[in-house]
Amino acid sequence: MSKTLFGTTAAVLLATVLPAAAQDCPIKVGVLHSLSGTMAISETTLKDTMEMLVEQQNAAGGVLGCELEAVVVDPASDWPLFAEKARELLTVHEVDVIFGNWTSVSRKSVLPVIEELNGLLFYPVQYEGEESSKNVFYTGAAPNQQAIPATDYFLEELGVEKFALLGTDYVYPRTTNNILEAYLKDKGIAAEDIFVNYTPFGHSDWSKIVADVVALGADGKKVGVISTINGDANVGFYKELAAAGISADDIPVVAFSVGEEELAGLDTSNLVGHLAAWNYFQSAESDANEAWVEAWKARMGEDRVTNDPMEAHYIGFNMWVNAATAAGTTDVDAVRTAMYGQEFPNLTGGTAVMLPNHHLAKPVLIGEIQADGQFDIISQTSEVPGDAWTDFLPESAVLVSDWKELGCGMYNTDTSTCVQIKSNY
Amino acid sequence: MSPSAHLGRVHMQRLLAFFLCLMLALPAAAQDADAPIQQVMQTHADLIAKASRRTIQTAIDALTASGLPAAQEVMERWQDKEMWQDETTGLFVFVEEIDRDTIRIFDISDGTDLGEVPDDSYKQLKPNSGVRGLIAAGLVKFQLFDDSPAIRRLALDAIARDPEQGHLAALRDVIADEPSPALAAIMTRLERLLTIEFGDDEAEKIAAIAHFDGDLGVDARAALNPLVTTRIEVGEAVPEGPEVLRTLRPGDEALPKTQAYQLLVDADLAPPLIPASEVREALIRNIDGSTVAGVQVASLNTDRARNAAFATLVAEGLAEPAATEEEIDTALAAYQFFEVFIGAPPTVALAAKDVLSGIETKLALNQTADLALDAISLASIYFLAAIGLAITFGVMGVINMAHGEFIMMGAYTGYVVQLFVPDHTLSILLAIPLAFMVTFAAGVAMERLVIRWLYHRPLETLLATFGVSIALQQLAKNIFGTQARPLTAPGWLDGSMVINDVVSISYIRIAIFILALIFLALFLIVMNRTRLGLEVRAVTQNPRMAASMGINPDRINMLTFGFGSGIAGIAGVAIGLYAKVTSEMGSDYIVQSFMTVVVGGVGNIWGTLLGAAMVGSMQKGIEFLNPSNTLAAQTYMILFIILFIQFRPRGIIALKGRAAEA
Amino acid sequence: MTDTPSLFPKYAGGLGAGPQSRPFIARHPSVLIFIACLALFTLCVTILSEGFGIGVVSTSFVKTLGKTLCLCMVALAMDLVWGYCGILSLGHMAFFGIGGYAIGMWLMYARTEIIVVQSLAAAPLPPTAGEISQGIATQIFGVVGASEFPPIWAFAHSLPLQLAAIVIVPGLLALVFGWLAFRSRVTGVYLSILTQAMTLALSLYLFQNDSGLRGNNGLSGLQNLPGLGDVPQSTVSIWFLWASALALGLAYLLCAWIVSGKFGSVIRAIRDDEARVRFLGYSVEAYKLTIFTLTAVIAGIAGALYYPQAGIINPAEIAPIASIYLAVWVAIGGRGRLYGAVIGAAFVSLVSTWFTGGQAPDINLGFYTISWVDWWTVLLGFSFVVVTLFAPKGIGGLIDLVPSPNRHGADLGPDAGSLRESEADR
Repeated sequence: MSKTLFGTTAAVLLATVLPAAAQDCPIKVGVLHSLSGTMAISETTLKDTMEMLVEQQNAAGGVLGCELEAVVVDPASDWPLFAEKARELLTVHEVDVIFGNWTSVSRKSVLPVIEELNGLLFYPVQYEGEESSKNVFYTGAAPNQQAIPATDYFLEELGVEKFALLGTDYVYPRTTNNILEAYLKDKGIAAEDIFVNYTPFGHSDWSKIVADVVALGADGKKVGVISTINGDANVGFYKELAAAGISADDIPVVAFSVGEEELAGLDTSNLVGHLAAWNYFQSAESDANEAWVEAWKARMGEDRVTNDPMEAHYIGFNMWVNAATAAGTTDVDAVRTAMYGQEFPNLTGGTAVMLPNHHLAKPVLIGEIQADGQFDIISQTSEVPGDAWTDFLPESAVLVSDWKELGCGMYNTDTSTCVQIKSNY
Repeated sequence: MSPSAHLGRVHMQRLLAFFLCLMLALPAAAQDADAPIQQVMQTHADLIAKASRRTIQTAIDALTASGLPAAQEVMERWQDKEMWQDETTGLFVFVEEIDRDTIRIFDISDGTDLGEVPDDSYKQLKPNSGVRGLIAAGLVKFQLFDDSPAIRRLALDAIARDPEQGHLAALRDVIADEPSPALAAIMTRLERLLTIEFGDDEAEKIAAIAHFDGDLGVDARAALNPLVTTRIEVGEAVPEGPEVLRTLRPGDEALPKTQAYQLLVDADLAPPLIPASEVREALIRNIDGSTVAGVQVASLNTDRARNAAFATLVAEGLAEPAATEEEIDTALAAYQFFEVFIGAPPTVALAAKDVLSGIETKLALNQTADLALDAISLASIYFLAAIGLAITFGVMGVINMAHGEFIMMGAYTGYVVQLFVPDHTLSILLAIPLAFMVTFAAGVAMERLVIRWLYHRPLETLLATFGVSIALQQLAKNIFGTQARPLTAPGWLDGSMVINDVVSISYIRIAIFILALIFLALFLIVMNRTRLGLEVRAVTQNPRMAASMGINPDRINMLTFGFGSGIAGIAGVAIGLYAKVTSEMGSDYIVQSFMTVVVGGVGNIWGTLLGAAMVGSMQKGIEFLNPSNTLAAQTYMILFIILFIQFRPRGIIALKGRAAEA
Repeated sequence: MTDTPSLFPKYAGGLGAGPQSRPFIARHPSVLIFIACLALFTLCVTILSEGFGIGVVSTSFVKTLGKTLCLCMVALAMDLVWGYCGILSLGHMAFFGIGGYAIGMWLMYARTEIIVVQSLAAAPLPPTAGEISQGIATQIFGVVGASEFPPIWAFAHSLPLQLAAIVIVPGLLALVFGWLAFRSRVTGVYLSILTQAMTLALSLYLFQNDSGLRGNNGLSGLQNLPGLGDVPQSTVSIWFLWASALALGLAYLLCAWIVSGKFGSVIRAIRDDEARVRFLGYSVEAYKLTIFTLTAVIAGIAGALYYPQAGIINPAEIAPIASIYLAVWVAIGGRGRLYGAVIGAAFVSLVSTWFTGGQAPDINLGFYTISWVDWWTVLLGFSFVVVTLFAPKGIGGLIDLVPSPNRHGADLGPDAGSLRESEADR
């Protein structure tokens, strides 16, 4: 009796002293992606990606001597349900890390829960920035890693002088377009040379808007379209563009939300030459990418494609594995500290680095749509560090995020104070 | 290198590999590094390898100026991304891709086949579209004189996209000899446009401008508009001269006071305004312990207290006071503001302005016409989506919430047919009757299984069909996935009918319009000219009486419902062609369709037509008034319909008498 | 009272006579049973919860239960307006959403105010009211690219005013909309479509960023109560459970009281034969308008309790589909009886959560695996058809199978299975 008690006490003591030895097996990885509802189209792919990554990692011996176990829940594209499922993952399933979310609103829904329960979330999608939570690592692109380089490309390489910013009416296009407007004005583009239009989700009647864009060329300036049109609406938009006979040489369109997956729903032969900006394209030439695409196709079928958010999960997951290994535990605070400065090779070549503002330094790629639905990479920058708070809006230009040194995600450099520890949601 | 010095196993392997490489690299060694075109390319190798629109012009000029016969092909293949660079030697080659890892290379000077090599040490040159445009502009010099009209056409396109000074002379050279009248017309137009931009003297420009009187082309306006650019300037007095368009007074609509004052500041004619934040900043600057200007800092939490403290600071000379309204007015009154032409010499600018104002009127007219076309097109889409409902709801009085899902089923039928029949024309021709059959069957099944039990409980029909609707939607998701599926129109429906640069409509929309007309005719014929129509009307008005006349109401109801559903299926094919095929496409149209039928007046096809026309033109009208927010258009349209129904609860065309009670 | 509709012969004696003299509760034992069940349920959950009890029920499930109670409440309202009055409103979730937005505005404002005041406290000058308001606006609207408070937020700083808005805004909207619709005698399916259009218009409006309510993002972080940042969610969730249970209980009492009186008789008469009631001299429109407005207010209150538990409200919540689901709950539960609505809402929403949450085991058929996440909606859709066709009394109809000793007055009380086929038999 007393012997068992002693044993237990010793075990407890040991557990407190040596966290690594006390690692509960298996290590649980929460996957919070919609498997039904409107967002299932995009998010199911990421769920499959996570399952593949977990399997690969287990085949390679797991983490900290433990098997990994993916806990998949379905928030059903229902934003309140995201918060509920996140809470369930953290309190009922007690996962060590969550990979999930696609839309900004779902992330904003999950944020309070993650911060309250001190969870760890890897968010894999390009987003509007203006946020840096202590508990979230943003492995997708911030505006300066996608929108700004693409705009630079328009200005410098294509000589665009007049911009049509077309977007779906929600927060990502709104914020991105706000940033771009400020940026373009900075670059000397007059306010009347920037045309902004917002359409509802799933918009299908594009004739008038396309005609408006064509009419922009009437003052002799070269027109370019920056599209933050989301999801299904792109199908109608590109069809109308093709019907109007607008070639990429006349009015180039660069899209931030159109990747390989979206093009699968389209006949791209009329769209050849239009552009997209991402941090990853399936057509990237590297050995790692070839292996990755091959593994994906072997698992999911020949006709499946890979895309940018998948690479974001690939990098995020591997960084987390390395950080947990380095920290010797999956404890959130220890892993977070170990995350800073983590490096992992990109699938497109080069190395991604996790910055103290919880964003990645990644290269920016611009690809031209090809007839086979793939992208031809025509421009690749060196690694661009992700910027949580954009420099082009006056309110956020003074803000920086540095969780390593300052311990603050919203630090006002003017007043040298931390505006708030928790995030804005 | 002396490989024989190391004879380990490993080194042997390396050696082997080296020779292997050497053998593979052999063909490359045979390429002519000294050919003049390669020399030209090598001179600019860095520029070409890292091509940017900003810097590439030098290289292109060198190529075009080289006078080498190979230059044209080099530029063309470079433009088509068929030129690669050997990374070890830096030499350029033409490449034909064999498979993912192998390429066949050719010498750029004479096209000699240099054999197949692995692509590891070669890098494809991928000029971006900006660079490609410049290459195309450079190629004009060769292509304009080409024998093939297609190539000459390419050259003209390139000129239209990236006009250069040099093109004008080249164009003038070839115009007279152009055999094809179509090309000659384009050339003449281009020559005039280029004259406006690059012409030598004003008279020539003015003459060219005059040709564009009433021209609606975007290119014409693009050439003219820059000429009439103006700038607001400020000075002690308005200068005499034709370049002054008009004088302005600060406070006018064209020149708000703040902007006018900013002009003064920019011209160093007035001190900059003190920004509003200065009060706060001055106070912070002057904080002395816990007080500022003798006031406790803690008490400065209202604007009034701050202004008072700031006034004290000003009085003590510690802060600059803000300029008052009068001071600004005085400064403004001391100067004249005027607008001057900066885009062109005044005579040219005035001529352009004249032509533009003529175009403007015509443009407005044409824009209205284009908007009307859009509205008609949208109306025909709504009509098409609603016509099936006009039958099931309008004639039979059955609320079918699954109507949208029938549209979706039709669209998916089209998609499935395209999977099996690759020819787009044939597949559409097959898809239309098939979609009709599929949705006809689905409609009949639904009528048999669900609706006939609920004819006397319309509210419950609504709920039951809604159940069917969500089930069908989810079924479609399970079968086809949530991804949008392609439904591609046949090639002859690509593109649009261009009346001029302003008015145009895509063929697919015209096809939908025609389809809507056909359905209208079909509906009228079936309802008014056939036995079925007669029986349908009889059953609708009085089922018992109809039954006693020997009509089987069950059968008629079933067929009518099937007919309405079948039409929805065909509408689905049409809608899928112009927009997208997803499991949720039905729900996009269901509320609008009901609106169309209700607004138009239940039970009357002309009402549905009017309803669709009203809803469509309404939506386009609101979109026109508020172009930056399409969502608002939909909201306001629905609000309008809600209000409209208040005043005409039975719709535009209200049935009277017995039929109204059906 | 004077004109006793022949539809209800049992009450020919008027309200004061016979069985009517017994106390309300005694006449309607189901009310007592319901309240008792609700109280017991609340107590059990509290004891089992993490916040106040032994921690068997997780906080996220407590939240689910609390939200379910709110859904039951709005289903109650739906039952009143549809099951009893025969108005199939497909827009009641709009009122629910408005209630959520009204409370959400205050929650966001007050929470952000605390943060802003804290961060401005470090500034060299004490902040003015204008600066604080500016700071709050930047924080709230920063994500949607604005930094000004739209006029719609004028009262957001005041809890009492926003609480009043929960009742007033849905009530007023229902009043105006109902007045317009009933006045022009829009009935039956037309009214259903019109209400659907109303909720569609509202959700489309709110989807716009320019609506001033943060567009598609909606209002979020509502679970964090201002000033109570230190109270763990496990406690807050129980508070809301209690509040929801209390509100549901009160709403049930109110509804039961309404439908058991003369007013209830008239609205059911309207459902069964509107024209006849009108000819009897009743102002049908006034009755309908009262019920429509009252239920909108109940829905608004339910929404105000629901969204702080859900944590986020956005326009998708008031899309037409939500209101249709509401009708589905009531239909499956059994309309025309109050407990039917509650049972339907609780049952369908909980089962939906269970199936879509991935807890339900997949069925492997060998050649195909039925995954409930995918097939649940199909099942729901078809079961809905089946219920409508074959079991119009819904789940609540099962209660009729239990023999009851005291069924007199059954036709009038909330106990009654009052589905009348004559509803549409024009």
